[in-house]
Amino acid sequence: MSGFISILLTGLVFVIIYQIAKASEYATILRGEGKINARVNRTMALLLVLFFVLGLYGIWLCHDALIDKMLPVSASQHGVEYDSMLLVTLTVTGIVFFITQTLLFWFAYRYQSTEKRTSFFFPHNNKLELIWTTVPAIAMAVLVAIGLRNWGKMTGAAPKDATVVEVVGKQFNWIVRYPGKDGVLGKRDFRKINDANNVLGLDWDDKDNKDDIIAQNGELHLVVNKPVSILIGSRDVIHDVGLPHFRMKMDAVPGIVTTLWFTPTITSAKMKEITGNKDFVYEISCDQMCGKGHYSMRGTVIVETQEEYDAWMAKQQAYYAANNAPAAAPAAEGTAAPEQKTDSVKAITMK
Amino acid sequence: MSDVIIQGTNVAHTHDAHGGHHGHEHHEQHFITKYIFSQDHKVIAKQFLITGIIWAIIGALMSVFFRLQLGFPNETFPIMEKFLGEWAKGGKLNPEFYYALVTMHGTILVFFVLTAGLSGTFANLLIPLQIGARDMASPFMNMLSYWFFFLSSIIMFVSLFIQTGPASGGWTTYPPLSALKEASLGSGLGMDLWLVSMALFVVSSLLGGLNYISTILNMRTKGMTMTRMPLTIWALLFTAILGVLSFPVLFSGFVLLIFDRNFGTSFYLSEIFIGGKALPHVGGSAILYQHLFWFLGHPEVYIIMLPGMGMASEVLSNHSRKPIFGYSAMIISMIGITVLAFVVWAHHMFVTGMSPFLGSIFVLLTLLIAVPSAVKVFNWLTTIWKGNIRFTVPMMFAIGFVSLFISGGLTGLFLGNSALDIHLHDTYFVIAHFHIVMGVSAFFGMFAGIYHWFPKMFGRFMNNTLGYIHFFITLAGAYLIFWPMHYEGIAGMPRRYYDYSAWESFKHFESLNSFISIAAVLVFFAQLIFVVNFFVSIFRGRKMTTENPWGSPTLEWTTPINPGHGNWEGDIPEVHRWPYDYKDDGNGNDFISQTTPLKPGEEAH
Repeated sequence: MSGFISILLTGLVFVIIYQIAKASEYATILRGEGKINARVNRTMALLLVLFFVLGLYGIWLCHDALIDKMLPVSASQHGVEYDSMLLVTLTVTGIVFFITQTLLFWFAYRYQSTEKRTSFFFPHNNKLELIWTTVPAIAMAVLVAIGLRNWGKMTGAAPKDATVVEVVGKQFNWIVRYPGKDGVLGKRDFRKINDANNVLGLDWDDKDNKDDIIAQNGELHLVVNKPVSILIGSRDVIHDVGLPHFRMKMDAVPGIVTTLWFTPTITSAKMKEITGNKDFVYEISCDQMCGKGHYSMRGTVIVETQEEYDAWMAKQQAYYAANNAPAAAPAAEGTAAPEQKTDSVKAITMK
Repeated sequence: MSDVIIQGTNVAHTHDAHGGHHGHEHHEQHFITKYIFSQDHKVIAKQFLITGIIWAIIGALMSVFFRLQLGFPNETFPIMEKFLGEWAKGGKLNPEFYYALVTMHGTILVFFVLTAGLSGTFANLLIPLQIGARDMASPFMNMLSYWFFFLSSIIMFVSLFIQTGPASGGWTTYPPLSALKEASLGSGLGMDLWLVSMALFVVSSLLGGLNYISTILNMRTKGMTMTRMPLTIWALLFTAILGVLSFPVLFSGFVLLIFDRNFGTSFYLSEIFIGGKALPHVGGSAILYQHLFWFLGHPEVYIIMLPGMGMASEVLSNHSRKPIFGYSAMIISMIGITVLAFVVWAHHMFVTGMSPFLGSIFVLLTLLIAVPSAVKVFNWLTTIWKGNIRFTVPMMFAIGFVSLFISGGLTGLFLGNSALDIHLHDTYFVIAHFHIVMGVSAFFGMFAGIYHWFPKMFGRFMNNTLGYIHFFITLAGAYLIFWPMHYEGIAGMPRRYYDYSAWESFKHFESLNSFISIAAVLVFFAQLIFVVNFFVSIFRGRKMTTENPWGSPTLEWTTPINPGHGNWEGDIPEVHRWPYDYKDDGNGNDFISQTTPLKPGEEAH
């Protein structure tokens, strides 16, 4: 019923608008074609200026309402540089924005058609063209220079002492793998994946895998002020590890390993204080469309002190032990079984 | 030359036979050959335009549906169930179908409306009329171009109604998501139909593009040197060149995807475990598709922008009664944009794991493209400076075009700079950026063109009052919708999410999302004002009484009010001067037609 009424109302509004329009049309016919009448011209010039002034006020209102809803201070080292670069770019583009928009609406108002006015025949001026080719070119060069310096830093090699962690995406959650005591992530093979006991397809022949720890709840624990290098992979389609609070992002692409590194500088606890939000949590968002559950593909990052991290780590059980130890008395069988599985998978899909 | 060609077609329109009688071909042309399988470029233009308008309504309506979901995730809208049936059971959009809507909205607007609907319409309408040709180089190919587009449209439309739903992997349809039926419902039959439809679309676009290029290069009337062509024609020429050189690459990308989907190849697929089993594909690269896609995808942005730029140049100059400032600079900047458009595609891929060094090169090239764009803006501003501006509806839209182009163009500097893109990539900042610049701004260029050339198309005017209402609601609405989205984007809010309420970092934008949705619905209804105005004016609009209502020096206004196939009765006019001679002609006019010979002692521009 309410739908019917709203359709009726919309229809009514249309009819009214249409009638007004028709009336104005008759008026135009009476006054003669082509020459838009002077009053309308003045009104439109005024309305454009009014739009511009209201627009500026709107921009201010919008800024005022939303600035508190922005991200908190950057929680990574390079994120601070990121924010300052954002500010520089915002200033440069902001100045250009205000100058050009003001000129546009001012010229439109100032040079509205009147009886007396004739336009100024001004087809070209090479000096002006030269100025507004070089000035933007220089401004661009500055922005590119700042950008490439930061880009080089953030995509350069991770520091040698960086912790290595692997984050793997699948529809629709994140799996985190820590290298365990040896600090080395073992080999994995997508053909060995089994959702029951080997979610990442770890190769049990590789002894580096035996102590690897897997968190299937998408919780990434990091130590504050310690660089971390994240290896990113995907089991199925393309995902993307988005870390807004650290100003970082990298796709997870099946078949290749991508990386990113950063140094978290603010612990989760500290961030709760800064934001005054006791529920605050660093989140990993999937930023590359990956299917119907894309919007729910959420991971979290917990930045903590070394002690807290060690205490948490001590409680974790190696994935191998958790999934293979109870059933497998002889180690030989444990390694042989996945081998067969691989073959059978192959056989099935080849058929 | 054009005379010879026109006599070769089915148009019995020779000058002698008719002796100035216009409209005689009615006797010889059946309704079907005149309006349906027409080879008249003007009729084909109208076909493209009307098909484009229908698609635009469908695409915009889709955005209303998903905006309702985004703005009011906890409400139900029974009206949606009426439209979408199973997909919105109980008035709540199904996530699977939300993604289908987003995908279709993008595909429809980018390809069917702003490519076919825009350059299909205006290249067809304006090229022969403004260069002084009786029709396209190959009217038959031109007709095929429309009918391939029509076929492509039908297939895309059908895909909306199949059981598994239309393609739902985003308008970019990245594999493996789009390649594997297990990955999503929309990657089933819907995706196959999408690919077939798009392949036909590419065919249509190539047939059209080749025709536009050969017509512009070969069929200009006597005296119409390249540097006497209006900027619209230059813009449409570069648009066509971009399309012809980049659409085939997209096509090859699609062919490989079809192979991967149906014939077991592994171009894009490698090491995938999905649906409980490991797939046999090894060695492909999902990134390869993105390179192929964006090799068209980025030029596509300029395919959408350039016609608007050309038409805005024309309209700004005409309604300011002042020549376009820096005609050559405008052409050079368009050449710059065209060349650079081919070498910036990977800025869409900074975070795909592509080599950072390669990324830096693309940063440099991308920001370089800002220079010709800036030149164009300054030239437009100088064009209206010291003009004698008539605020006609097309002029309003042209001013709006410049305003939006500035706003949307500037944010490109953030996204083109990889060090900033790394945070903003795939957030609402991107949505805001490209909707303002290649969405609304391109639409404003198109609206300026429609309101300006409507009299040429139908011999009648569109209603001004409705035009002004349409303009102000759309301009204000566009800013209300997209301006706040920049903030959401800087806050890291990802695009293509169905619901944000589970996210600590993004859920506080809920009221803002509702605000945006309300604005979007209002803007949608404002577009219906345009649609009504358009269709009613075709039959009921105020009739044109003079040939050249805008006082324009260009050739299209030297044709009769309702030109028949062949455009000019008698000889094609000869051109003597450039198209922007807005100066006193000595008879009380403030412009001199291109067909007027130079006065003794007058210097050619």
